[in-house]
This record gives sequence, structure tokens and C-alpha cells, in this order.
Amino acid sequence: MKGMTIIVKTISSWVKVLIFLFGIYIILFGHLTPGGGFAGGVILASSYVLLMLAFGREFVEENLPLPVASKLDCLGAFLFALIAILGLVIGGSFFVNFLYQKYLPGEALSLISAGTIPLSNIAIGLKVGASLFMVVLVLSIFRPGVSGNEKE
Amino acid sequence: MTSIPLPIFVAIPLVMAFLLPVFGKKGKSVATLLANLATVSLLALAVASIGQSGVYEIGKWSIPLGINLVLDGLSSLLLLAISVVSTAAMLFSARYMEQYTAKSKYLSLFMLMVAGMNGVVLSGDIFNLFVFLEIASIASYALVGFGCEHEELEASFKYMVMGSIGSIFVLFAVALVYGNTGSLNMAYISKAIQSSGLNAGLAFALALFITGFGLKAALVPFHAWLPDAHPSAPAPISAMLSGVLIKALGVYALARVVFNVFGISISIGWLLIVLGILSMVAGAFLAIGQWDFKRLLAYSSISQLGYVILGIGLGGLIIARGGNLAWASLAILGGLFHLINHAVYKSLLFLTSGSIEMSTGTRQMKQMGGLAEKMPVTRATCTVASASIVGIPPFSGFWSKLILVIAAIQAGFYWIAATIVFVSLCTLIMYLKVQRYVFLGELPENLQQTKENKNSMLVAMVFLACLCVLMGLLLVPSLRSHILDPAVKVLTDGLEYSANIIKITSM
Amino acid sequence: MLYALCFLLFMIGLYCAVVKKNMVKIVIGIMVMEYAVNLFLIMLGYRIGGIAPIIDKGQLESGTDQITAGFLSSSVDPLPQALVLTAIVISLGSLALMISICIRTYERYGTFDITQIRRLKG
Repeated sequence: MKGMTIIVKTISSWVKVLIFLFGIYIILFGHLTPGGGFAGGVILASSYVLLMLAFGREFVEENLPLPVASKLDCLGAFLFALIAILGLVIGGSFFVNFLYQKYLPGEALSLISAGTIPLSNIAIGLKVGASLFMVVLVLSIFRPGVSGNEKE
Repeated sequence: MTSIPLPIFVAIPLVMAFLLPVFGKKGKSVATLLANLATVSLLALAVASIGQSGVYEIGKWSIPLGINLVLDGLSSLLLLAISVVSTAAMLFSARYMEQYTAKSKYLSLFMLMVAGMNGVVLSGDIFNLFVFLEIASIASYALVGFGCEHEELEASFKYMVMGSIGSIFVLFAVALVYGNTGSLNMAYISKAIQSSGLNAGLAFALALFITGFGLKAALVPFHAWLPDAHPSAPAPISAMLSGVLIKALGVYALARVVFNVFGISISIGWLLIVLGILSMVAGAFLAIGQWDFKRLLAYSSISQLGYVILGIGLGGLIIARGGNLAWASLAILGGLFHLINHAVYKSLLFLTSGSIEMSTGTRQMKQMGGLAEKMPVTRATCTVASASIVGIPPFSGFWSKLILVIAAIQAGFYWIAATIVFVSLCTLIMYLKVQRYVFLGELPENLQQTKENKNSMLVAMVFLACLCVLMGLLLVPSLRSHILDPAVKVLTDGLEYSANIIKITSM
Repeated sequence: MLYALCFLLFMIGLYCAVVKKNMVKIVIGIMVMEYAVNLFLIMLGYRIGGIAPIIDKGQLESGTDQITAGFLSSSVDPLPQALVLTAIVISLGSLALMISICIRTYERYGTFDITQIRRLKG
């Protein structure tokens, strides 16, 4: 899949960084403003999709190859499961917000508050971003008459 | 109160599902070993949870603010069935799935499906039920089309369209229930419905629930996806789909919503009985004319699931009419016992068909014959399973059908009892056909080289065959009071489920 | 009434999923049905003249009792919003799987027409 003209390539390489940063902002402030893990993850993935449309699929595949994205995906899910199980070990029940009660109370409505919720948001954002990126990358490999490896 | 933390039934398969794709192609044997360890540990936990019951609140948020997981008799019965079938299927697929590429992705999708089914069975909150239903369904859509050949993709597309429509109906019904009662917890919804009665929105929601769960359970007006999806899937997945998925997602959810949340009434009881009879008769007639082995088994699944729905509907009708509670308990006992029996022997039948397909390379019965001396263990286990499903006395299928017939006669529905016996005769015809064409007769030329399969597949099949024989012993009163009676009591208590849950959590 | 319009959208999606012959149109019909149900779920929580259920720092000085009273009297219901977020994620996963099966089927059969993809009969 080839890229587009030079104007598109220049502008998109600047804009891509802004979109990525915006995605990280939505994830981190997920407990204060609307958004959170899933919406921020979709924005992260769409920054890579913009790059794929402007520069071509091979460029992006060298940058973030498919096995690395798969491992990031599993890492995100693991972090989420780890937070849940730590809730069981430390707090006494699954998913208990253990940081909020004992370690990091913080003030209300500032960035470091609400215990484990920002950590869960980060884990989910990582997972969703990596998953959607993999989906778009794999779907773009298919051509009529060419058989790819596997789905999803 | 139970001492096992209930989310562990969902957490173990989920963590395994995310751990296994890391292994890739080089660590295939390690991945298989880990997956087998996970299913065996789930089996141990399910056996340890027999006879216990409790409510687990996630995150220490008390209901109705938080989500809770409920373990009662019906949940522990189904957990036992799910873990037994998934252990056998996972052991079988260690050798069978060598034919396909991407085995680690298969293992992780399998674990996701088991996690989803465990979540459906344990959930105490109706939106949580929907989320786990979707997890299990989407994993099964991907698993049906796993081989990516022509027919598998077509079957997977058909299954996915009909399954998605069913799930959307369920979500619409959940939205209607939330709008009318203001709560999502099943105990609180039940309390609100008891105090306010059924208005038009709630009646429509009940109809949508029956349609949506009926699509998942393949009851007869909605069964069109099953004869295409179950044959095309790889054999251990067919065993899981036909053995536990249509029961955990379809029959369990239907029974829980109709009996414990809405409350059974006379018209719903008759509706379930009619659906059950249609499924039994249509499934049996359509199965006799099939020449593809797995397609015949798929139609037979539709027919046997009709027995289960008939038993539950009959029990519900007797309760709703205010009749003798002992007969209602007997009918529901027959239905639930048939459910777990069918899980064991249908999955065994699908595993034997997979072993035959792996050795001979075909599923058409006209091309097979005389495999009795070439594959003795497969032949023996297939005969045990066929005798069990037909209902020959020492095996387990006989007892459940006998209980259903006795319950129907005691309640005065003689025509239902006659239909049950008639459909059993049709089942006998179709399995005699299987035995004659697959195992007896002459060995064709191109099949002279077939050998018996490897040991791990045989161990799984022999394990399930032993269970087929031993399950008849579940009716011995001491075992029955631990395993089957609590499940029956949950359904006959009906609307007291909500009172029990609220009492336990407010202590 | 808005709920009736939502139901009409659901029926349009159901018609499209059942009657059409192109695989991609069937997938679009299923997606329209899912959007209709999500819309219905959000509309259930709406309160006429309500505010969004978000607190900002300016309100924090007035004390928690005032904030709770203000919420109970004038905000929309936040629970259906969480439910819809989950439902959107689920439908995204389902859509990705459906589209990839459509692409694979096109590679094998060469057509999107479901009347010609009928090898499984009986």
C-alpha cells in the first residue's frame, strides 16, 4: 500500500504527534473528565492509522511490527488483571480500590486521586490502542487471491 | 457462605487467555501444557464448590450499588458440567489441533470461551450476564471458522449473524427492564416486579428475552444456524459448542430469567412446552435423513435440548397451576439431569467423530464402513455414548428419560409422555444408522491403512465414557441431595431467589 | 414520542439484516440495530433540563452535601452511559470479526452474494 503526496506526508507527521499526545491526555485524566481508557486507546490507535494512510503500510510495519503490538496487547491485559488480583491480595476482595484507602489519598479532583482507577485506565488504553492497531494492520494485508495468516 | 473467591472461576481462564499468545510458534508444547493445567484446576475448583452457596460482592460495594456473583445449586451444577467437558476437549485438542496452524491463538480463544461461560453461570447482575454472554459468543464465532476453508467461513458467517441478532435482542430487553424497574441486580429487579406486576414494557422485555436466549439455545424456530455451525467447527470445539455452550448461554439464562426474575406463569409454561416438543420432533425427523456424521449429531443436539426445555417447562406449568410440588420437582429434576447427561455424551460423540475424521479424512457415512476392527477404542466409546443417548438401561440417559416420562404421566399429560417415547424411538433409529454405516459393514479400499489414534485423544474419550456409565449413580439419594437437589430447589423456589440474596447480603 | 422513533430505527436495521443479499449490507444492518439499542439505552437516562454528571473544582468548595443535593435534583442518570460504553466496545469487537470473515469469504468464493454461497445444504 503506497503513501500519498508530499504535502500529506509532511502535515501528517506533525499532526500525528499531537493526536498521540491528546490520546495520552484523555487516558490520564479519565477519572476527571469524560473519556477514560477506551476512548483514549481508540485515539492512540487512530494516530497510527493516520500514519498508515499517509506513508503506506510497510513503513508503519517496520516502525511497530505485528508481534510487538501483540505483546503490548497482552501486557496491557496483564496489568489490568494484576490490579484486580492485587485488590484481592491487599484489600480482601477483587477489584477493591486499595490505593485509595491506604497509600495515595490525594485531594479530590486532582490528577493523583481516586486510587487504582487511573492505573486501570492506563492498562486499558494500552490494550485497546494495540488491539485496534493490530486489527487495522491485519485487515490491510488482505488482497483478493492472497491468503494471509490468521484473523484478528 | 463459600470460602472460594468466586471471581477465580473467571480470572483463571482470562489470565491464561492473555498469557498464551505470547508463546507463539516455538512454545507450542508449553502453551498446551499450561492450558491443560488451567482446565484441570478449574475442574478441581468446581468439584470443591459442590454443595456450597454464597454471594460475592466485587470491590466490596454492597448491592444494589455493586456487581455481585452468586453461587447456588444451579450454578454449581453447570460449573461442574462446563469444567468436565472443557477438560476433556482441551486434552483431546492437544493432538487434534496439530493439523491447524496458529494453535496458540486457538488455545487463547478457547480459554476466553470458558471464561465467558463461567461468567454467565455465576453472574448475579443482568448486564454482567449480557457482557459475559457476548464474550463467550464472539469467541465461539471465531472458533467455528477457525480452519478458514470454504464451508467453515460460510457456517461462521451464518452463526455470527444469527447470534448477533440474538444478543441485540437481549440487550434491548435489558434496557427495557432497567427503564421499568430502575435496577440492574437480578434480586432487586425480581422484588420490583413482584410488587408492581407486569406492564406492557416488561411483557415485551420477557418476549425479547425468550427470543434472544432461544436463538442462543437453538430452539426450533431459531435453530437454522446450528446444523451448519457445529459440523464445520473443529471437533473439540463442536464438543464444547454442542455440549455446554448452548446450554450455559441458552437454557441456563432462560431458566434463570424466567423462573427467578420474572416468575413463571401458565402461558410461559405452555410456551416452553410447545417449544420443547417442536424441537424434539423436528430435530429427530431431520436427523434421520442425514448422511454427514457430524450434521446428524448436530440435529440430534436440537432434539435432545427439546427434552430439557420440555422438562423445565412442564415443571414450571405445574408450579404455575398450583399443582403438586413433588411432580414439578420431578419434572425439573428430569430436565436438569438430562442437561448434564447430554453434555457428557454428546461431547463424547463429537470427540469420536473427530477422531474418525482425523484417521479417515472424511465425514460422509457412505464412504466409511467396517472401522470396528481398525479403531477398537473409538468404536467402544462411540457405542457407549450411543447406547446412553438412546436410553438403554444401565447407562445414564435411560434414567433421565424415565424420570421425564414418569413426571409427565403423573401430571396427567399422557400425550407428552407418548411423544417422549416416540422421539426416543427415532433416536434409536438414527444411532443404529450410525453404528451400521460407520463401524459395521465392509472396509472400503482406500481406508485399509487407518490406524487408531494417539493416546491423549483416547484418554479424553475413555474419561467421558466412564462418566457416561457412572452418571447413572447420581440418582443414588446421598449423591442426589448434594448435586442435583439444590439445583432443582433453586428453580422450584422461583421468586424466593431475590429474598434469599437480599437476606444474605444484608447480614 | 422519541422511544417510538428509536424502535423504528431498530426495525429498519432488522429489515436490512434479514432481507438484503449482500454480506456487507447485512453487517451494516446489524450495526444499525446495535446503534438503535445504544440510543434507546441513553435516552432512558435522560432528564429534561438536566446537567452532565461531572463535578468541577469550582463546585468543590460548597461542600459535599450541597453537591449531592444538586446532583440528585438536576443531573442525568450516569449508569446507562457506562452501560452504553461497554456495549459500544462489544459491538466494535463483533464488527471487526464480521468484517474479517466477509473479507475471507470474498477471497474464497469471489462474491459477496449470499445466494451463491450455499455449499452447506440439507
